[in-house]
Amino acid sequence: MGLMRPALLSVAERKAAQGHIHKIKFDTPFQPRLDALMQTHEWYDWAGYRAPHSLWSEELEYFAIRSQSALFDISPMVKYRIEGPDAEAFCNRLTLRDVTKLKPGRVHYTAWCDDSGHVLDDGTLFRLTETRFRLCCQERHLPWLLDGAFGFNVTICEETEEVSGLALQGPTTCALLKAAGFDGIETLKPFDIRDFAHQDGTVTVSRTGFTGDLGYELFIDTRRALSLWDRLWDAGGPYGLRAIGYAALNTARIEAGLIVANADFITAETALRADRARLPDEIGLDWMVDLKKGPFNGRRAIEAARRDGKARFVLVGLEIEGNVPADQAIVYHRKKREVGLVTAAIWSPTAKRNIALATLERPYGDSILNDLWVEIYALRELQYTRLMKRAKVVPKPFVKLARRTQTPPGDF
Amino acid sequence: MTTWDAIVIGAGHNGLVNACYLQRAGLNVLVVEKNDWIGGAAVSRELTPNYLYSNCSYVCSLFRPEIMRDLELPRFGLQVVPYEGGAVFTQDGDYLAAYHDHHAHRRDFARFSKKDAESYDRYARDVTRQCRFIQPLLLRTAPDPASFRPRDLGELIYLGRKFGELSAEELALTIRFWTMSISDFLDEYFETDVIKAYLAISGIIGTALGPMSPGTAYVLLHHYMGEVDGSVGAWGFARGGMGAITKALADSFRASGGTIRTEAEVDRVLIRNGRATGVVLADGEELKAKRVVSNADVKRTFLNFVAEDELPDSFVKSVRNFKMRGSSGKVNIALDSMPEFPALPKNSPCLQGDLHFTDTIERMERAYDDWKDGRWSADPMLDIVIPTTLDPTMVPPGKHFMSCFSQYCPPKVEGREWTDADRDAFAETVISQIADYSPGFRDRIVHMEVRTPREIENEVGLTEGNIFQGELTFDQLLFNRPVPGYAQYRSPVHGLYLCGSSTHPGGGVMGAPGRNAAKEILRDLSRPVKDMSPAHDVI
Repeated sequence: MGLMRPALLSVAERKAAQGHIHKIKFDTPFQPRLDALMQTHEWYDWAGYRAPHSLWSEELEYFAIRSQSALFDISPMVKYRIEGPDAEAFCNRLTLRDVTKLKPGRVHYTAWCDDSGHVLDDGTLFRLTETRFRLCCQERHLPWLLDGAFGFNVTICEETEEVSGLALQGPTTCALLKAAGFDGIETLKPFDIRDFAHQDGTVTVSRTGFTGDLGYELFIDTRRALSLWDRLWDAGGPYGLRAIGYAALNTARIEAGLIVANADFITAETALRADRARLPDEIGLDWMVDLKKGPFNGRRAIEAARRDGKARFVLVGLEIEGNVPADQAIVYHRKKREVGLVTAAIWSPTAKRNIALATLERPYGDSILNDLWVEIYALRELQYTRLMKRAKVVPKPFVKLARRTQTPPGDF
Repeated sequence: MTTWDAIVIGAGHNGLVNACYLQRAGLNVLVVEKNDWIGGAAVSRELTPNYLYSNCSYVCSLFRPEIMRDLELPRFGLQVVPYEGGAVFTQDGDYLAAYHDHHAHRRDFARFSKKDAESYDRYARDVTRQCRFIQPLLLRTAPDPASFRPRDLGELIYLGRKFGELSAEELALTIRFWTMSISDFLDEYFETDVIKAYLAISGIIGTALGPMSPGTAYVLLHHYMGEVDGSVGAWGFARGGMGAITKALADSFRASGGTIRTEAEVDRVLIRNGRATGVVLADGEELKAKRVVSNADVKRTFLNFVAEDELPDSFVKSVRNFKMRGSSGKVNIALDSMPEFPALPKNSPCLQGDLHFTDTIERMERAYDDWKDGRWSADPMLDIVIPTTLDPTMVPPGKHFMSCFSQYCPPKVEGREWTDADRDAFAETVISQIADYSPGFRDRIVHMEVRTPREIENEVGLTEGNIFQGELTFDQLLFNRPVPGYAQYRSPVHGLYLCGSSTHPGGGVMGAPGRNAAKEILRDLSRPVKDMSPAHDVI
């Protein structure tokens, strides 16, 4: 009974893993396919992996998401397997939402906090069976998970390298998957999970994504990963399938109003400056906090902060005059008082608006919404043009597409 | 006969830093050095043809960038090159590596424990938070908590504010950090012996404490708060060996008109009516000065250079009680080729970093047990670097210099003085440990310099061979370093100052004591300190 820690590796296993230093930036299992498609040679470091920033054209890749099918390698995403008789109870104690309402074969977007109620990360919690969960996230949390598992009958394993992932996003993705032999995919509702046969094993498909569009995420045993890519690629031609890099995905996720840990907020365990940590209510995740369920990490602190009005910040969507993206711009009230910072900004090709995610210091963005401005320094041919543009707080997502939730989805 | 504005005793890095600032402020400064070379414990000497050693200190991180900039040290040839990481060899034929790349580092820790690999980020964050708290104190004179002078009150308020900025958790961690043993501290983060052993090294280097002794967590912090070009916690090699630092300082000093006399050993400080008026050299020569600054440690300065009747009894007692215990030895080795370590992959970047063979904290603690019994450790904790893997200036191509720092090594052997036979036997424990992991190592040795506390004390002048001029335990830091009431570089003798590592903020090749002392001297002279740039911000 009780906590199961992963066994320490044997000498032989350790020695077999020594060679990692010969390749500082790891390859994902899909690297042979990405390398073959790579034309721009714009790589970036995603959690120690060599990942494409763009593959052939940053601008055009975005339109594969919104018009056809886009394939994005999500293998570097950190994954934990949480399994055992107490897995539900453990996850319910760990995270903000009510996990007892999450049925097997469903996934939900959630977040988890430390005892001060500060957000450690956000991510997706997959309930694969009654007693088996998978937590997908940006940062690493094994010590936090294992420490928190004390007293629960669960096993927790980090399985980032063992499980590979692909995001398939865009209006033709359902049709593409049907053509690739994923029979019955059209009955999958948003946040449903289903296993499909692949080779001698299975691939786990969820109707999820990071684009606000129709789309799926496919998780597979790393040993069978390449053949999954090939299966999608072979079927994808008629559906306009293109591989994309992070730049295109980032544009789509901002349109969808989705936040990225350590880009739009600083996670509690990485913050060097104590005042950078954020409550769920300060980064737009207040809706997740389920006070109707039992105890969970950070509950008391969140309740106290709400009671005492201690949530100092608010994360909002902004629509900004003009067409110059306001990356990292300071937000002002009455063009004078600094009240916040833009953390992500783009010209939205789909909304045809200049949009941004910003963190403002309350009451700005909360009860004071008028007379907000952003100061944009536009560098043009070695000269800054300083723009002071009016910003309006608007609801997120900036782009809402009916096809994201429509079941069965259309063919395009 | 010249009356110098200031005589600085000892051409170590702090003495030279101090002399440079004073000379640049318009004083006429003489540095007297007992050896026929300069550098103190930051020195590069050629003891066998074509091989330059870093004879004492061997890596650089703590040396303050503000000082390098103020004194134009790059112009005088100083370049510090950061190095990769390091490795601990394990007894089962594997190794644990620390790599410069964050994710490579994590992956190597994950070979031993995935949990520890991910705990490292939490650990690094906590250590970095504490460093951010302490770093701004390095270039500030510690306040006298018993004083009501406005500047002391101001500094106390500054300290209080800094504490006030800490969250409750951070404050608790700060107090724990200053008092815990490094072993207990690491136990809160890690489960793997070799990972704890690797991280504990910085907690015991140069310290007469074991990894299980309270206070060693702070010693670790002291080693982490340095930087190389803004990369906090990074360590590097001074191109040309550690002597390149003091050589650049000496050249900077001379370029601004300063004078250095070598082979000028001080016998005592001249004191008239309670005021320092110069020094008397060992050969009887008297040198006059308006003030004297000692780069020697607090014991040497006040127990050897000053007549006891010039000092208050309580002060002398405190100086005698100041803990400055020899605990380290060093073997410098000239090699005719690069040693092989078959456990490491070929061309491992670890060879450009620090290498160790102590894979458990228990072994480290046992090594300390030997020290307590008055013996050098039979199974010592070695901190090895081969700077010539990155520095082409110290040896001919293909040859190498290996620096082996050894913990622990007692100031006296079972209560008696060291003999040459003891020294050779100590060296043998070091060599045999390396040879266990590096076949054919002995055959590559061209020359060795073996330094026990005896050699370090006799040559460099560090009492008992303590490399920090006094233990870095919390009872001897801030306004208690070296003596309560005398933590602001002054002494009971007017015009006699201290500028060495016995003073705040302590040891390591940091230069901060030398600079801070110069600031106090100029304050006493009511001179502006315009050539001293403000401490860099920690933002």
